Amino acid sequence: MKKTKLNKAHHFLKGKMIDFLGWELPVQFSGINEEHNAVRTTGGIFDVSHMGEILFRGEQALDAIQFLTSNNAAKLVPGKIQYSALLTEKGCFIDDLLVYMMADNQYILVVNAVNIEKDFNWMKARVSHFKVEIENESDAYSQIAIQGPRAGKLLAQFTDNDISAINYYHFDSGRVLGIDAIISRTGYTGEDGFEVYFKSTDDQAVEVFLQLAEQGKKMDILPAGLGARDTLRLEAKMALYGNDIDDSHTVLEADLSWILKLNKGEFIGKPALLAQKEKGITRKLVGFELTEKGIARHGYPVYPGDGATSSVTSGTFAPYLKKSIGLTYLPIEFSPIGTEFKIGIRDRKVRAQVVETPFYKRK
Amino acid sequence: MNLKNFKFTEDHEWVKCEGNISTIGITDYAQKELGDVVYVELPTPGDAIKKGDACSNIESVKAVSDIYAPVSGEITEVNNTLDDQPEKVNQDPYGEGWLFKIKMNNQDETEALIDEEKYNDYLKGISEE
Repeated sequence: MKKTKLNKAHHFLKGKMIDFLGWELPVQFSGINEEHNAVRTTGGIFDVSHMGEILFRGEQALDAIQFLTSNNAAKLVPGKIQYSALLTEKGCFIDDLLVYMMADNQYILVVNAVNIEKDFNWMKARVSHFKVEIENESDAYSQIAIQGPRAGKLLAQFTDNDISAINYYHFDSGRVLGIDAIISRTGYTGEDGFEVYFKSTDDQAVEVFLQLAEQGKKMDILPAGLGARDTLRLEAKMALYGNDIDDSHTVLEADLSWILKLNKGEFIGKPALLAQKEKGITRKLVGFELTEKGIARHGYPVYPGDGATSSVTSGTFAPYLKKSIGLTYLPIEFSPIGTEFKIGIRDRKVRAQVVETPFYKRK
Repeated sequence: MNLKNFKFTEDHEWVKCEGNISTIGITDYAQKELGDVVYVELPTPGDAIKKGDACSNIESVKAVSDIYAPVSGEITEVNNTLDDQPEKVNQDPYGEGWLFKIKMNNQDETEALIDEEKYNDYLKGISEE
């Protein structure tokens, strides 16, 4: 199994380790509910070093990114971040990602761990006609997410950067515990928070995590695992590649049209998406709540009526909202808020209802 | 905790017998493995069940787990407080977190269950894997 540079910190903090797509990572420390609710009310610290970082450098770096991704990267300025997607010719997802503009002609694309190699090869094969160098730096970078209302106060103790001046979806270059770092005001939890990227030795990475955990403890901030990361992102209706978005659903069907800029020039997937937009989509990703007892999980069958079926893409008991929630693709006629349908949970068919999303929105 | 009167299964259930009534729950190891329990689906009193039947489900935030009947008989009582307080399974697995009671129709079946010492040995075997 692959290990992040922080691996020893998880063992020291008695994290419960699992095999997550080939990575040894903690699913939880004190418990998913406790960690989840800590992030909503105080804070949590996550090792997300398994995420991938791919560097784009060269005079046509922007052109290459514009051609590969769906959002309009020309809107970026140095220090700004954009959520975007790599799409197939059909407008379906290769991956979703963050684009960091480091400087003119220099960008970092942050991609999902499971897709690093696939994305890199996909991009490499399609940018040969641009003056750009791309480099997979994923193994060099560690990434720690500090999330929750007290995240800024904790991180401020470890850096001289004025992190309160960093706006949402912006970043600053600086130092954390003396190590060169990218300090990014982003996250995958629905809370305010930061993601810190840095290159270091294993020992330094362990030290950063343990010091954050130790100081965090004084502020009721907990180390948190992948379990809470999943329930937090789902409450905030943030899509998970492989569950809610994949290479068989388009960006329009995934209800992510805000990261699709059809007027920006040519990019992979544009013709198919223009056609789909013209024709109208026939299915859409919706959020639902169970109105009877039970928990809908990934892969459970969905029965909207009229014989059609699909399946739950993500589902859980939401620890903060204390409701059973999930996401699924429904035929467009079943997608309006309030529509009732059923979900198969073992031998029962349980009632569910389409609801507004995000399920949770911070005040 | 004194578990002298408890018997165990390799599926991490415990059984406590009083006469021909056995009370069933999950072990401390099982609740820790499952993590935070958020929903318990219990059988219905009166259900006739056979040893080995999946007669109950425990849902934690991260997984769902079947509970297999460790003995055969009739369900006489279920722990309805778990409807509102499923976390009792985590907090007090051998006490207030019990699941259901079975009126056994063949008490010989309990002889296949293991005692605390053997169960602990079994757990050691798992952790060494």
